[in-house]
Amino acid sequence: MAAQESARTLAEKVWDAHVVRKGEGEGAARQPDLIYIDLHLVHEVTSPQAFEGLRLAGRPVRRLDLTIATEDHNTPTLDIDKPIADPTSRKQIETLRANCAEFGVRLHSLGDKEQGIVHVVGPQLGLTQPGMTVVCGDSHTSTHGAFGALAMGIGTSEVEHVLATQTLSLKPFKTMAINVEGTLKPGVSAKDIILAVIAKIGTGGGQGYVLEYRGSAIRALSMEARMTICNMSIEAGARAGLVAPDQTTFDYLQGRPHAPAGADWDAAVAYWKTLHTDDDAVFDAEVSIDADTLEPFVTWGTNPGQGVSLSSAVPAPEDFADENERAACERALEYMGLQARTPMKDIRVDTVFLGSCTNSRMEDLRAAAEIVKGRQKDPNVRMIVVPGSARVRLEAEAEGLDKVFTDFGAEWRFAGCSMCLGMNPDQLAEGERCASTSNRNFEGRQGKGGRTHLVSPVVAAATAVRGTLSSPSDLPVPVSA
Amino acid sequence: MEKFTRHTGTGVPLRQSNVDTDQIIPAVYLKRITRTGFEDALFAAWRKDPSFILNQEPYAAGSVLVAGPDFGTGSSREHAVWALKDYGFKAVLSSRFADIFRGNSGKQGLVAAQLDQSDIELIWKELENHPGAQVTVDLQSRTVTCGAIHAPFEIDDYTRWRLLEGLDDIGLTLQHADEIAAYEAARPSWKPATLPARP
Ligand code: SF4
Repeated sequence: MAAQESARTLAEKVWDAHVVRKGEGEGAARQPDLIYIDLHLVHEVTSPQAFEGLRLAGRPVRRLDLTIATEDHNTPTLDIDKPIADPTSRKQIETLRANCAEFGVRLHSLGDKEQGIVHVVGPQLGLTQPGMTVVCGDSHTSTHGAFGALAMGIGTSEVEHVLATQTLSLKPFKTMAINVEGTLKPGVSAKDIILAVIAKIGTGGGQGYVLEYRGSAIRALSMEARMTICNMSIEAGARAGLVAPDQTTFDYLQGRPHAPAGADWDAAVAYWKTLHTDDDAVFDAEVSIDADTLEPFVTWGTNPGQGVSLSSAVPAPEDFADENERAACERALEYMGLQARTPMKDIRVDTVFLGSCTNSRMEDLRAAAEIVKGRQKDPNVRMIVVPGSARVRLEAEAEGLDKVFTDFGAEWRFAGCSMCLGMNPDQLAEGERCASTSNRNFEGRQGKGGRTHLVSPVVAAATAVRGTLSSPSDLPVPVSA
Repeated sequence: MEKFTRHTGTGVPLRQSNVDTDQIIPAVYLKRITRTGFEDALFAAWRKDPSFILNQEPYAAGSVLVAGPDFGTGSSREHAVWALKDYGFKAVLSSRFADIFRGNSGKQGLVAAQLDQSDIELIWKELENHPGAQVTVDLQSRTVTCGAIHAPFEIDDYTRWRLLEGLDDIGLTLQHADEIAAYEAARPSWKPATLPARP
């Protein structure tokens, strides 16, 4: 096969550069390729059985220097100096600590300044770089695709496989271009782009594909915004999502603890500059989104594809031609406690959650702080701000953002997944309604019976001011303090 | 993974179709941190019923489960296979398996043998008429024997080969350790490493 000569997409270039061994056979009978993994991120929930598997088979971790662990899903965001109250959570974390100590894996524990959500920690340390293969036993590993890496979530057996062999047996994927051209209006952000993409292609639309986000609107985005977009590729059903690296990427990486330096830096950048889709390469599918017309987006239902523009209304079942979608709409309205045709901006929320691997980095906190500064929170709303990592928390405090949030009336918490999935005490009560910057609005995701509306950080902030779903443009000019 | 060539053990007739993974192992058991010790979780809800087949002698010590069609549907949880194995099952016979369950079985050394439903019915009768009757699953010849019944079964070539050789995915990949090492030797030196940790 003349794969090296023919035009290739970015994802294919990264794949080709990691083939240890090509699968035998052709077509449907072709066996998987053996793919080398450059970085393996580990957390407490999906790793215990993998470590036990190694132990039972008497196998070591093959590349400790390509493996790193952190505690995030179960960690409390209050009283982090006290023992974890929930015994199952405590046990999972203690198990991770024991496994990392036994096998020699680098671990950032609660209280450590590099602890945090696994997908925030990797990029922040400069460990995620262009052209790499990155895996983690967590579906939102797609976040790391923002650097032009091929980043995938894997299951527990595969976690063990990577620990033992630093490779994975994978079948090739199809490629899809998501072209986003134009300029975003003020108040519209990366989160709105990806929610619009998912609403357009559906939660299964990306199945079997790796998505490449392209176009002038993507090029104009910061690294953090690109991470928000790639993060939710999985909500479109895709295996992974990526963005070609460019000067924005290089600037973000330079000087980070694990970024190359000196002559290595030059060699790395020279290689990274080759990592883009060739002009005459062909994608298996293409989708276009017009950035000029995008509005702030919000979900009304119980999957991330059930979203509309914030200025419109809750849909009615009869709006859907497809019978399954109609039934899904009915079920979702019932669960969400919503009436069809209610303007989205009339929906009152009880809680605002600013956090998760989708939107918990410095830029997200700054954008939200900008909105709430000098304003007062609606007294009936509680707002929880959970930085993505301990380092983000420290940096935010150095800028005084913690003060902005607490003056506004929000709670300033320690880093972790928190209310994104409610494995720790941060959960919604039955029937409680939340505007959340996280990525999944599934039934019960943020707590049994909880109701989630996915939004961007600025929409979350504006909602906390007004108490109903709001965009920043709905707010009166603040009375300066 | 242990090699599997042939196994003889007590057959358990489970006259049920669509046994999904939530029945095989309820979600509450997924919070555990071990890969072994799931024997109590297997069919946990059903086992509360004293009349359930595994609560009866001599089936309680069974090692070949003979189930109805569409066994293992539902979630992808690997725990379903772990629970069957931990309980002591070496093979499951059914006329149709869910894809992911079949894949997970192959990874974990549990034989998922696909028989014609008519043969499953014959084996059910034999096991019910002669409780404790032995079933032999021969992977080499791809046949099941129970009393006077000899039935062929299907299993894909690649999985059969791996089971016969006792190769788990990791073992198989490690057969290519040289190629992995060669790849590693050629990786650029500037690729990031997590160790040593830099401030
Ligand atoms: S923040 Fe949410 S989506 Fe991200 S890793 Fe944690 S639980 Fe998963």
